[in-house]
Amino acid sequence: MIYLTDQPLDYTAITESVRDPVAGAVVLFLGTVREFTAGQQTEQLEYEAYGEMAEASLRQLAAEASTRFPIVKSAIVHRLGVLQLSDVAVAIAVSTPHRAEAFAAGQWLIDTLKQRVPIWKREHYTDGRVQWQHPSVVAGDSPGSSEVQRDD
Amino acid sequence: MTEAQTVTVLFFAAARDAAGTAELLLPVSGAGTLAELQQRVLQQLAGLQRMQSMLLWAVNNQYAVPAMTIGPGDTVACFPPVSGG
Repeated sequence: MIYLTDQPLDYTAITESVRDPVAGAVVLFLGTVREFTAGQQTEQLEYEAYGEMAEASLRQLAAEASTRFPIVKSAIVHRLGVLQLSDVAVAIAVSTPHRAEAFAAGQWLIDTLKQRVPIWKREHYTDGRVQWQHPSVVAGDSPGSSEVQRDD
Repeated sequence: MTEAQTVTVLFFAAARDAAGTAELLLPVSGAGTLAELQQRVLQQLAGLQRMQSMLLWAVNNQYAVPAMTIGPGDTVACFPPVSGG
């Protein structure tokens, strides 16, 4: 289950999609809209994607994760459009035979998604400012410092 | 001019704002490098020059290096560092 959507994420269904008798562990990661980042107050977030490349990139991510971890099933869904505080922007579910690999795989998937997948967020602050977020990192490279890095 | 003689360049997020357009069709006579195309894009859309050093480029949905060969019918994308999640 890999897709982009402008609808609220059904993270119960996303979690169910990775459950399997072979797996003894399921980890679900949700990235949610945070109100305060570096002292600035967010009113809403807006996500945009290069849809075609982003979906291809998410599929590559899932395939690469399966070579790194003993993944039974994985699911990655990212929401686009305008999101309000606490809305779920991204859901990643992964199942593995044992818990340690499930946590590690989930962490790798969200970290790598944030470095590679062509999706951008634009902050709408409570003071009326609207600003694209652009971490100053090179794609495929390790996370670095940023202008205002959200780590959600 | 037919689509077969052009390269489509797509712009996203802050790069689209700076470029002032979401899409540019550039005529090409044959194969060239992405680096050559980048120079044409930056000359044509001067607003992009201030963010030139941070721009990422993709060809046909894959991140691409400047030396990559591109030709008619290819789709190039130009965008700032990603910030999904």
